[in-house]
Amino acid sequence: MIEIRNIDKRFGSLHVLKGVGFAIERGSITAVVGPNSSGKTTLIKCVLGLVRHDSGAVSIDGVCMNGTWQYRNDIGYMPQIARFPENLTVDELIEMVKDLRNVKNAGEEELIELFRLGSERKRPVRTLSGGTRQKVSAVLALMFNPAILILDEPTAGLDPLASSLMKDRILNERQKGKTIVLTSHNMHEVEELSDKVVFLLDGKVLYDGKPHDLISTTGEPTLERGIARLMENNGK
Amino acid sequence: MKTTLKILKYEFHNVIRNRWMLAYALFFLVISEALFQFGGDASKVMLSLMNVTLLIIPLVSLVFGTMYAYNSREFIELLLSQPVDRKWLFVGMHAGLALPLALAFVIGVTMPFVIHGVGEAGNTPTVVALIGAGIFLTLIFVALALLIAVVNEDKGRGFGVSILLWLFFAVIYDGLILLATLTFREYPMEQPVIVMTLFNPIDLARIALMLQFDISALMGYTGAVFEEFFGSVTGMVVSFGSLVVWTAFPFLLALRRFIQKDF
Repeated sequence: MIEIRNIDKRFGSLHVLKGVGFAIERGSITAVVGPNSSGKTTLIKCVLGLVRHDSGAVSIDGVCMNGTWQYRNDIGYMPQIARFPENLTVDELIEMVKDLRNVKNAGEEELIELFRLGSERKRPVRTLSGGTRQKVSAVLALMFNPAILILDEPTAGLDPLASSLMKDRILNERQKGKTIVLTSHNMHEVEELSDKVVFLLDGKVLYDGKPHDLISTTGEPTLERGIARLMENNGK
Repeated sequence: MKTTLKILKYEFHNVIRNRWMLAYALFFLVISEALFQFGGDASKVMLSLMNVTLLIIPLVSLVFGTMYAYNSREFIELLLSQPVDRKWLFVGMHAGLALPLALAFVIGVTMPFVIHGVGEAGNTPTVVALIGAGIFLTLIFVALALLIAVVNEDKGRGFGVSILLWLFFAVIYDGLILLATLTFREYPMEQPVIVMTLFNPIDLARIALMLQFDISALMGYTGAVFEEFFGSVTGMVVSFGSLVVWTAFPFLLALRRFIQKDF
């Protein structure tokens, strides 16, 4: 279980996270949603240790993460923007990440086949389209069979087929008992995938619960409209 | 440490394939060869090459290094999400950027000297000094470039700072020294000027090379004072030590900021 307790983060005068706290159950998909600049990516980066929170704590299975890096062995991360060294090939990029983790077989062949990247693997990254880079990013996140997957806008930039494959894979990973945290602006996707929604607004948790409960609480027909209602009710 | 070598391996592969790196090596190759064709003997070539080296290496290391660091930001984030220590990741990044730049300079400068048989004229120590100074300047200004990129979030601002820093060390600093010597011309300025020289890596490299070329006599009394200090064992230790400090200080400062930085 991932526990986020009372996290505060400021960037200068900007108060990005204001006492954010919630728990993420093992073997579940949790979607962190919210408008732009609500603090979603900062929160994810706090869990990964890319951003150091000013106060509060993140713990995984009861172990506090402050300042350590070894716990990232159990995490696969797909960033929002897939940008890699331009002159490395796809194969070299995968080798680099495998080398860093000291793993010879990371299950990358199956993922390359899944995302149909076979013909791209010898090409330098600079020649790849944005969508293909995103697929490479998905392969890098899903390799090593990590217990926790953190996916920042996982289907953004993917074509409908790749997006569908990605969503199937996410559901499949949950069935295997993986803990998955994702962010998305696509509420249909969130509704389709997630067991739990955490709605952030101006750095605060405004809703933490099941998507269907949010729909019924707000009396709206869809999650998208339910979220819109929450925003309206809070002066947005 | 293993992490550093792994990062270095892939960063080196990436940077060395950059077309600007090829252009950089070709630049030194063409300039050196052209100086041989038009300038005559090896010592004249080295003197002209010294002036080019002292201007171009800091400029390219700063600008290329700063841009490279900003363009790698998202990839650095990805690497930091892996189980790696920030410290070793940074060391690998610095080496992966500085080594290809230094290699491009060494290949570009060395080839014409090898072709024209510089060793026979007994100029090998001077060529080695020129290459050594070039490598030191690359390491120093790549570290400064990374420091600029780590401290400034905005790419445009970082680029501006790197250009300003180059202008300061390559042009403005010498102007300030000149201004100080003119203002205080009634006083003995030799010792303060030597001390001021230590605070500019380009000046340090220039003086070390000029002593190798044995042209300090052309600089009159100041040249004699420089030769007396920097030509002595103490002076050589101080100048070499200063270059080492110049290599280590911005690197350690950048490393410290990188470890504390929010990505």
